[in-house]
Amino acid sequence: MNLKKNIATSEAGFIFNPSTGDSFSANPMAAEILMHIKQGISIEAIKKIVLEKYDVDASQLDRDWDDFTIQLKEGNLLEN
Amino acid sequence: MQKLRYEKPFIQKMNAGLMNKFGTRTEYEPVKQIDGVSVKSMIEKYGSPVFVISEQTIRRTYQNSVKAFKTRYPKVQFAWSYKTNYINAVCNIFHQEGSWAEVVSGFEYMKALGNGVPGNKIIFNGPEKTNEEILLAIENDSLIHIDHFDELYQLMELCDQTSKKPRVAIRVNMDTGIYPIWDRFGFNYENGSAWNALTKIAASGKMTLTGLHCHIGTYMLSSNAYAIAVNKLSDLAFNCKSQLNVTIQYLDLGGGFPSANTLRGAYLPASDTNPTIDDFAEAITSAVLNAGFKTDELPLLILETGRALIDDAGYLLGSVLANKRLSDGRRATIMDFGVNILFTSFWYEHKISPAQDFTHHTEDTVLYGPLCMNIDVVRETINLPLLNRGDQVVVHRVGAYNMTQWMQFIQMRPNVVLIDGNGQTHLIREKEDIKYIEQLEKMPTHLSTINLK
Repeated sequence: MNLKKNIATSEAGFIFNPSTGDSFSANPMAAEILMHIKQGISIEAIKKIVLEKYDVDASQLDRDWDDFTIQLKEGNLLEN
Repeated sequence: MQKLRYEKPFIQKMNAGLMNKFGTRTEYEPVKQIDGVSVKSMIEKYGSPVFVISEQTIRRTYQNSVKAFKTRYPKVQFAWSYKTNYINAVCNIFHQEGSWAEVVSGFEYMKALGNGVPGNKIIFNGPEKTNEEILLAIENDSLIHIDHFDELYQLMELCDQTSKKPRVAIRVNMDTGIYPIWDRFGFNYENGSAWNALTKIAASGKMTLTGLHCHIGTYMLSSNAYAIAVNKLSDLAFNCKSQLNVTIQYLDLGGGFPSANTLRGAYLPASDTNPTIDDFAEAITSAVLNAGFKTDELPLLILETGRALIDDAGYLLGSVLANKRLSDGRRATIMDFGVNILFTSFWYEHKISPAQDFTHHTEDTVLYGPLCMNIDVVRETINLPLLNRGDQVVVHRVGAYNMTQWMQFIQMRPNVVLIDGNGQTHLIREKEDIKYIEQLEKMPTHLSTINLK
């Protein structure tokens, strides 16, 4: 899963897509995950970081990850 | 090391343009308890979903409503509208407070008798009354409200079978400026049917014409319509006095007062638009006092308010079954309660509060029930915090009509629990099981076995 190259993100959770002009706000969890994605960390490694740091089980995170992927696709933020 | 609190990742598109003048958030605080009893503990004890009724709220609402009328008019009587909620424990709270019973079927009539309501304090309304039911009502000296001419003639014939003279009223429908006019029940005022019925009753000599009844609509948003209704009923009462030599003992203005629920599609929340019980009391009592009755002939004022007295006292507690993302990107949340037990979700934008702590992030959500049927939509859109499977919610103001119009469809009906004035919970209607549902079914012998090997 790769974000489009030109997508701008901030630690505070602001996301901007210059090619469409759309902007988004992310909650802290989404902002952190996006930061990891931008750093090129693999999905499995990001999930591991989240599981170690946050109070969530793997099953819940998997479900939420799938939902998050749909949100990113819906927002036209992912590379095809 | 203690782990940090997790929240599912979520992004929200920011839209340019004018801000919503009504704001976007609906909930700021979770509702963790009702009358001091925790939501979690009630779900643990009674299951999910579960209806919860606050006795304290019923009594307080009833007393405030009675006060609104009695401080303005000397002779007031409330009659509990059974169809709004006829769970016996609920009815008996109203009866303990002094309310008579208003019933619209033989079934409800038997419930009222079973609850210990004296026959002469039962108002028998509705378009269907069997011969047996009418004879029982005559025997018990109940107030029979006649709905149509066929019932009037039915009653005249039945009077020959009994030595008792029934006490009757007619239901009158009329133009009060509210459209469409509710003209399917009762006799019309404007076209003379109501007067015609009154003259027939008086001429028969078989019945005691006691009162006049109307029920001009439901969820009425105009108090003035009731003043118009009072004027028209009063006109009939004066004509009864002058032309038929009958003194009308009571005017029954029915019900129809709204609760604080917001109707589907309403632009503004109900709290901003709906008249209060004091507004209705002022309009009705002023109209009766100014109608021209002599002081010693002021009629008893009867009110059959249902919804406005019980809606606030009812809650539905439920849990999240699942979340999903729809094809257009909207979030959908599936609850363990649906339109089968929350019939009023067809009419209202029910207020729904999470029952546990949540963050300030919210998302527009479609709220579905558990039924495998497309109609099962509790809220088309509601702004809710991010909920997970198993999270609990409280649906507010569900006391009216849900526990009577609920359907045993796909799922069975849940427990109903009463919280008394001391914070103790009581199971007042047990959840259904398959034995209960199937007890009335009969299996023909030739269908009693199957072989699908």
